[in-house]
Amino acid sequence: MKSFAYARPESLNEALALLDEYGPAATVLAGGTDVVVRLRTGRVLPAIVIDLKRIPALRSDIRETGDCLRIGAQAVMSDLVADAHVRSRFPALAEAAHEVGSVQIRNRATLAGNICNASPAADTAPALLVYGAVVNLVGAAGHRSVPIEQFFTGPGRSVMERGELVESIDLPFSKEPYGAAFARATRRYGVDLATVNVACVVKAFGQTRLAYGAVGPKPLLAIDDSGKLANSKCPEEEKIAILECLISKATPISDVRASDVYRGALLRVMSRRVLDEAVANLRAQERVS
Amino acid sequence: MIVAAGEAISIRVTVNGEVRSVKVLSHHTLLDVLRIQLGLTGTKECCLQGECGACTVILNGRAVDACLVFAVEADEGEVLTIEGLASEGRLDPLQTAFLEKGAVQCGFCIPGMLLSAKYLLKTNPHPTREEVQHGLAGNLCRCAGYYRFIEGVLAVAEATP
Repeated sequence: MKSFAYARPESLNEALALLDEYGPAATVLAGGTDVVVRLRTGRVLPAIVIDLKRIPALRSDIRETGDCLRIGAQAVMSDLVADAHVRSRFPALAEAAHEVGSVQIRNRATLAGNICNASPAADTAPALLVYGAVVNLVGAAGHRSVPIEQFFTGPGRSVMERGELVESIDLPFSKEPYGAAFARATRRYGVDLATVNVACVVKAFGQTRLAYGAVGPKPLLAIDDSGKLANSKCPEEEKIAILECLISKATPISDVRASDVYRGALLRVMSRRVLDEAVANLRAQERVS
Repeated sequence: MIVAAGEAISIRVTVNGEVRSVKVLSHHTLLDVLRIQLGLTGTKECCLQGECGACTVILNGRAVDACLVFAVEADEGEVLTIEGLASEGRLDPLQTAFLEKGAVQCGFCIPGMLLSAKYLLKTNPHPTREEVQHGLAGNLCRCAGYYRFIEGVLAVAEATP
């Protein structure tokens, strides 16, 4: 591996100043599960690596802040899987985080890093999309918040500007009950990138949110407000037509994991499964309450 | 703290209960330092991309791939490697179970496999078979000895009150 300068800033201001000073020659390091591989293969050759892990303002905890659950920039996948709030209120995210890489990867990889990489196949992205997450960014110009559906712009690309860092990710608490589900297809069990991943939220008052990854240049969100998908009296043909419309944003490609046609077929089947599972979860909650 | 490329960094790491001070370069991984500088070659180097788990160690209480952690990131940390698994000359129950179940074939993956198993039982003392499979999914074995690893882990879990 080619050597690089290494900085371990102890404050946000110090980190932002370094980012400003080095510009495109800087690479930031959080969990390192992608960055270290890229440094080793020479895909990135920075003059300096800025390690964010000793910055107290970039927290590693998951906490309630009024109307949302705030996930600190340093929280790793294992933290999400183990967190009681994430498991009970955002189960599709807990499930998605549980499927990322291996336990060794989940113990290092941060949620913030997962979205910064902006992989079209990022497993946490569909869950964040259906829950309406908000990404809190900080940079030299100050703080700004970006809804996750505006965050990704293409493969490996997001709205983040050079010199900006993710500070936290907010998951708003829903005022109405909802059911959620997550599904993922891979070639083998464990430690594989998703061929297709899908998440769904069905709200009690009718809205259905469906998000899917690895079938387009970025993770995609589609929303239906008709209320028909959760309505047991709605004719099957109508539901199929609405689902077809919801998945119509997908533009899958062929690669080593699957052909475009197979991905499209998987998406159709998996969307129906997560919808049915989310509706069943919603009904189960209604029976309890 | 900022160090230039090629400049030595002094780090202090507790390895298997012993405080070790070493000088490293920024791009040296924890795996490099364990194997080359500390001579702890039980931790194996294999894929170098976090796929195979041969380099699994427990860093600050969590199983990690040592090939994906820079040594400087482990500064002030605690590391458990395979050399530290047996205590006072007695094998860890997982090591005994692996021997009893005949889980060891060529042996290359075993250090990583044992540390993943150790971490699994620490976080989940009574896993189901499926949970054991999921917990060991980040460790590859080219002898395909998976069935016996799982039997070994389940046997230890069963013997745990």
